[in-house]
Formats: sequence, C-alpha cells, structure tokens
Amino acid sequence: MESHREERSDEAISTRNAPGTPAAESAIAVRDLTRAFGTFTAVDHVTFEVARGEVFGFLGPNGAGKTTTIKMLAGLLAPSAGEARVAGLDVAREPEAVKQRIGYMSQLFSLYGDLTVEENITFFGGLYGLRGREREERRDWVLEMAALEAARGRLVRELALGYKQRLALGCAVLHRPPILFLDEPTSGVDPLSRRSFWDLIHELARGGTTVLVSTHYMEEAEYCHRLALMNRGKLVALDTPPALRKKLGAPILEVRAADAPAAVEALQGEPAVKAVGLFGRALHVTVDEAARGEEAVRQRLGEAGIAVEAVRRIPPSLEDVFVALVQESGGALVS
Amino acid sequence: MNLRRLFAVSRKEVLQLRRDRRSMVLAFLLPLLLLLLFGYAISWDVREIATAVWDADNTPQSRALLDAFWASGYFDEVARVDDAAAAGAVLDRSEASVVLALPRGFARNLASGETATVQALVDGSDANTATIVLAYSRAIVLGYGARVRLEGGKPPLPLHVQSRVWYNEELRSRNMIVPGLVAVIMMIIAAMLTSLTLSREWERGTMEQLASTPVTRAEVVLGKLLPYLAIGMIDVAATSAVGVLLFDVPFRGSVLLLAVLSFLFLLGASGIGIFVSAGSKSQLLATQVAMIVSYLPSLLLSGFMFAISSMPAPLRAITYLIPARYFLVVTRGIFLKGVGIEVLRGEALLMAIFAVAGVTLAVVRFKKEIE
Repeated sequence: MESHREERSDEAISTRNAPGTPAAESAIAVRDLTRAFGTFTAVDHVTFEVARGEVFGFLGPNGAGKTTTIKMLAGLLAPSAGEARVAGLDVAREPEAVKQRIGYMSQLFSLYGDLTVEENITFFGGLYGLRGREREERRDWVLEMAALEAARGRLVRELALGYKQRLALGCAVLHRPPILFLDEPTSGVDPLSRRSFWDLIHELARGGTTVLVSTHYMEEAEYCHRLALMNRGKLVALDTPPALRKKLGAPILEVRAADAPAAVEALQGEPAVKAVGLFGRALHVTVDEAARGEEAVRQRLGEAGIAVEAVRRIPPSLEDVFVALVQESGGALVS
Repeated sequence: MNLRRLFAVSRKEVLQLRRDRRSMVLAFLLPLLLLLLFGYAISWDVREIATAVWDADNTPQSRALLDAFWASGYFDEVARVDDAAAAGAVLDRSEASVVLALPRGFARNLASGETATVQALVDGSDANTATIVLAYSRAIVLGYGARVRLEGGKPPLPLHVQSRVWYNEELRSRNMIVPGLVAVIMMIIAAMLTSLTLSREWERGTMEQLASTPVTRAEVVLGKLLPYLAIGMIDVAATSAVGVLLFDVPFRGSVLLLAVLSFLFLLGASGIGIFVSAGSKSQLLATQVAMIVSYLPSLLLSGFMFAISSMPAPLRAITYLIPARYFLVVTRGIFLKGVGIEVLRGEALLMAIFAVAGVTLAVVRFKKEIE
C-alpha cells in the first residue's frame, strides 16, 4: 500500500518538475548525456529515446561507453552533464527512486557466490521490498524461469555460467520492473544458453518490459527492435537492423585469401577500400564500386604476395555496417 | 529507513558469516585466545626474585635479616658469594637480579645502637623490576629494624604508615589486566570484523548488484552492523566470564550496566570498522588499516599498559580520541570497584558521542556509486 502511494507522489513530482517532457510514452529519454573521468570523456553528448516495450540494443567495441551509459541510466553513476529520464524520473536527481523501477544486470556476475540460489533470491526480494505471498510467488517464478528448481539449495559459485546469468536476470526482475538494463548479459556463455537467454528477454518484452541491452555479439543485435551503435563515447548510428543495413550503400566483397590477417593489413592503406574487417577466415571489404574494387583488391594482394582464393559480392551484414561506421568515426578505441 | 531492507541485509550478512570460517574464528575464538594469551603472559607482579647473598658477617643477626627476606615470599636465594667480584659476576650473568650484601660488623653495629647498613645491588636493566625490588627490600629492612628496636626495649620510630589497598586488595596485576583486556579485545574484534564487510562487497564485485537496488546507505551500514553488535555482546559476556571464572577476577558491579555500556562502545568501534571498510576496495587493506587504528592505540594509549597520567602532554591529548580509554575505565570500574552510572556517566556520554560519530561517518563515507 505504501509503495503505491509513493509511486503516485513520485509521478506527480516528475510531471511538475519537467513540464512538456517529450513523449510520455518513452521509457527512457536521454539528452546530451555526458560523463568524463578526469580528462577522458567516456560518454560524449549522447541523445536517444527508448519506447515502452522496446528491446533496444547497444552495440560497440570495448571502451565505446556502453557500460558507462547504462550505469548512468541505472542510477549507479552520476552524469557529468546532460539529462536522462528513466521511467519519467531524472536519474541525477532521484537515483534511488529510479532503482525501484528498474532491473539491472551488470557485465560481471555480481550475485553472492557464497549464498545459495534461494538465499540470493530472498535477499534481493527483501531489498526490493517484496513480502509474504508475493515474495514466495516471485521466488518460485524465478526458479522456474531460470530452470533452477533442482539447484535451489546449491551455492551459486558452484553453478555453470549460463545458470548464473539466468539467476542474475531473475534477481533483476523480481520486483517486476517496467525497465530492464542488461550489460553484456551473455558474454562468455555458450551459443545455446545465449539463445535461451534471448528467448527470456523477448518474453519479458512481450509482457511490456522495456529492455536496454548491450552486446558485442552481432547475431544478438539482430534480435533487437532498434540498435544504437556507439564508438568512442559517441552515438554513431541509431536505427532498426534492416534500416542500418540499407544505410550502408557501398558494396561489400567477401575475400578469401591464403593469409587473412596479413591481407587485412595489406588492404588498410588502399584508397579504393573504405573498410576492411576479418570475419572468421574471410575478409569483408567495403569498396566504392564493386568491379573497380575487386580489381584493386586483387592487385594490392598480388603485390603483397598473398594468394587470393575467391572474391564475391555479398549483402551487408550488421557487422559490416558496424565495422564501416566505426572506421568512419575514427576507428575503435582499444582499451 | 525501511526495516525490511535493513533486516534483509542483516540476514544475508549472517548467512555469509556462517559460511566463512575465517570470520567465525575471528569472531568467537580470537577474543578468548587473546584473553588467555595476554591474561597469562602479562603480569606486572614481581615474585621469586633471584637473590644472591654476600653475608660477610655471618652472625645470628645477619641470618635473621636474611630469613626476613625469605619469609616475605618475594625473594629466593639462588647463590652465595663472598667477594665483590663474585657479586658482580652473578649480576653480569643474570643468575641473580639482586645481591644482598651484609658487611662484617653488621651485628656489632646493631647491638651498639649504631646504624647498621645493608647493601642491595640491583640489576637495573629492567627498571620496573629494579624499582619494585628496591621497594620490597627497603620495606623488609625497615620492618626488621623496627623489630630490633622493640626487642631492645626502645620504642619504634614515631611515624608509622598504616596503608590499606582498596579494590584490588592483593595487588594482583591480573585483576587490573583482565577487565582492561576485555576493552582492548573488543575494540580489535569489532573494528577488524566490520572492516571486512563493505570491502568484501567491493572486492567480489557484489557491491554493483547491491548498489543497483533501492536499499539506502544507512540501511546497508546499520544492517551490516547488527550481526556484529550481537557477536560483540556475546564476546563481552564470554571474555568476562572467563575473566571471573578462570582468572578469579572479582566482578562487583552491575551486569546490566556493563551490557549497556558495552553496546555503546561496540557501536562506535564497529562504526570505525565500517568507516575504514567503506573506503577500501580490498579486504586486506581494510584489515590492515583497521588493525593500525584499533590495535596499537587501544593497547598503548588507552591506559591499559601505561598510565595516561604519566604520559607527556601531547600524547595525553591524543588519548582522548581513543575510545578504548573510556571503556577501560568502565570495565575496571564495574569489575573491581562496583561503581554505577553516577560515576561512569562521563565515560558513557563520550562513548555515546563516539558511537553516533562512528556510525554517521561510516554512512557518509560509503558511496553507492559504481565507476
């Protein structure tokens, strides 16, 4: 009862504080969000909005500022400048109120390894103010969702990573938050577990939960309704996956060569080549024009003494788009 | 302040403690171990002083004086020497810590009413012991002198001190050490244990998930304090019981008063531990800092080992910042003197201030921000 009253008053405050805040619908509204650590600007004037029920992906290399952005939105880190509203609340002014309305899953597993599965769930349920029947119901729901009923009495540190991550997701949504932040939730997990994790995410989204998820797995990016590409603290592109692919007008060549890493190096200075990336054992080369590009590639690799096995034009994948945009915006910051 | 969240933190802390053997040992075994170690090892009583005798007179009178020494129970004869060189040698080799020299003519001088002299050569390398040996020797010789005057029909010396010792009638140093130890040990345990609490969350990365929930800083700090306060109270009871039952230390005051004041003290000491913990991201660093701010000052500057009144002024000023100083007065007062709150209210007030300050500082220093 108390929490209902609290919620209403918070909403009243937020509308008073921000008359004319755009789109009452958006779950997350970010404007010029910036965070500096000393002289290093980790997040640099980032602006975007996320609609309710959307699965919004954050894509970018390490050090691009994805994690810092998510931490600011989750109320864990104060912004240096700019504004972010989550569930209608200003994260800089009311971080604790924001925390009651969101779920957060950090990049590194951060549940208690020396507590059992059930003890972790009970603890976080307590912190979110769940009580009595509801607490038990939610606990059972998490155990079922994460397929951990049989392991409920086991210490969490003994679980496989895939289970740990499902448990972490469960603990983050115990209190049915309308908004969920997942920071690289599937890193290090095998593809099968990743797939089932994404099924859970979509199930939550169908139930109306807004999900903001960061990843560096390209195939996961395809599962998102919209994607934000970050590089060097800046947002370099934001659209649906098909639109992003369409945006990349330049043709892509798949090149198979004897020594792929050496070939990447050889092509990097070539004027006809806009971007080059290594995809498994093949090279994806973005060129201005397909025929002239192929000629230039064959010639340059011939000069470098690298045997070319095959060259063919392919439709751009998200990863190609990603590589092209990152190189366009000044290359990846390797941290 | 939401009590549900606070108790959730306490409950989790207890679960973790129960599974952490190192903390369990620290919480329940270390206090008793320290008490036994210090209780048996530290003693300022001087007994069984190794004594060498150089009796150049060798008369019934000289032997009577020596008998007075042996009868006192403090002196043990370990050697006989018959010249100055041999006397020096037993001191050099530390075979004896005192040589009693009775010169030729001792009995004659005594009988003729002249001043008879006895010489005590004391090994002064341990100044404390030397002072006590000299004081004992002087007292025995004075007593013997008075007896000789009485036996000779002369009145004893007109001035006479009739002394009586209160509170620790037998002057056992253990009676003073054990209640003091209870204070020192509690300071160490409370600060050390709590210094691990927040730093453990930082070190293991669990702070990130904790910080993402709506739990407030005060709820975290107080929730973590509760279990350690309970442990501290159990430790006070256990160490006090061992002091009374094993070391025969008197307990003359109110158990309830000791419990209330212990609670105040533990609150402050744990506050300091959490304060240290809030700023350190590693458990090792946190314990070391907690050790330095709790152990040494409590041992050296609380009045436990050295009397505060004989410290130089700057050091004496520092002692006011050492909480164990106040708790020491409390435990000694309650154990030995049986005094009540009317005597200890000054200490109680200062410990209350210290408790509020400790917990407040801990809450203020603890940031829920994750970089």
